[in-house]
Amino acid sequence: MHSPKPNPEIDWPSELYRVLKAADVRQMSYVPDAGHSQLIRMFSADADVATNVLTTEEEGIAIAAGAWLGGQRSVLLMQSSGVGNCINMLSLSAIGRFPLLMLVTMRGEWAEFNPWQVPMSRATQPSLEAIGLKVMRAETAEDLIETVESAATLAYESDQQIAVLIGQRLIGKKKW
Amino acid sequence: MSMTVPSQLDRRIAVAALLKDRKNTLVVSGLGSPTYDLHATGDRDDNFYLWGAMGGAALIGLGLAQAQPGKRVLALTGDGEQLMGLGGIATIGVARPRNLDIVVIDNQHFGETGMQASHTGRGVDLTAIAVACGFVATVTVRTIEEVQRLATDIAEPADGPRLFVIKVRAENPPRSLPSRDAVFIKNRFRAHLGFATA
Repeated sequence: MHSPKPNPEIDWPSELYRVLKAADVRQMSYVPDAGHSQLIRMFSADADVATNVLTTEEEGIAIAAGAWLGGQRSVLLMQSSGVGNCINMLSLSAIGRFPLLMLVTMRGEWAEFNPWQVPMSRATQPSLEAIGLKVMRAETAEDLIETVESAATLAYESDQQIAVLIGQRLIGKKKW
Repeated sequence: MSMTVPSQLDRRIAVAALLKDRKNTLVVSGLGSPTYDLHATGDRDDNFYLWGAMGGAALIGLGLAQAQPGKRVLALTGDGEQLMGLGGIATIGVARPRNLDIVVIDNQHFGETGMQASHTGRGVDLTAIAVACGFVATVTVRTIEEVQRLATDIAEPADGPRLFVIKVRAENPPRSLPSRDAVFIKNRFRAHLGFATA
């Protein structure tokens, strides 16, 4: 079977920033991941977006709900290890039908050097689905941009709770 | 760390005095007794009640305060709920909203689950944590006169987030139960601010 190769020519973080700005995202919160670093820099430099660095990923679920109560759209960035920290707080998004868009960079699944990343990597999609989120996944830059565009519409226009998983193959091997 | 002397203040009287002149302050209440306390002061469209999401009240307050910089936001929560969200105090300190106050109704116990002693009765001081995280004002009060003074002070503008602890008696007054339908409460809250509900 033909497997799609990452296209290094596409500056996907800039494209995601464009897509999220076009979706009128006004708040961004994050626990850093190397794969999100460019997007974090771009949002942090944007005076029209409130950017919050978190101590643990579940805080961003609560911030996103508060933003929506106040009429704003929020996006949450994390790596797959952080998904486990979010599970009970996701009750809020699920039972309140709060729009939620999480962009999750995957670790522990492709050329991973750190075995400690593997168990939560394996649990990421099943645990998100168990609490009621819709999980979408992208392995190439082209697909990711389209997926996030579609996820933003589902979240903010259709009150859905969405996690977009960004394949580790797309992010590339961590420099060590 | 030393034990903290229990307070004799009635939580319902304290919350009623705190919110007596709240005007257009938006209020988010933490699960358990603070949600009942808030409802007991009168059900309002600009209340958002939590029945779960433990540790999230102050952070919902942060997202709301960032979205509504022209309005004051109050997160009314309990010691157990805030202890679960300790890291959120650091996040709020860094975000430095000028329109967010956290008020902890502190009975020094987990009141919903059998009144087990919490950390705040054993010397953990939430106001000291808030100061260390850059909050611009904190105080711990134990009498109704002090709560009345706090209600006046809290109406004044601030340069950053504030955290206040109201020490109350450890007891469970009769429950005053708001709707548990979070979608209804959410939509009612958004409609109050003039936003579409679906």
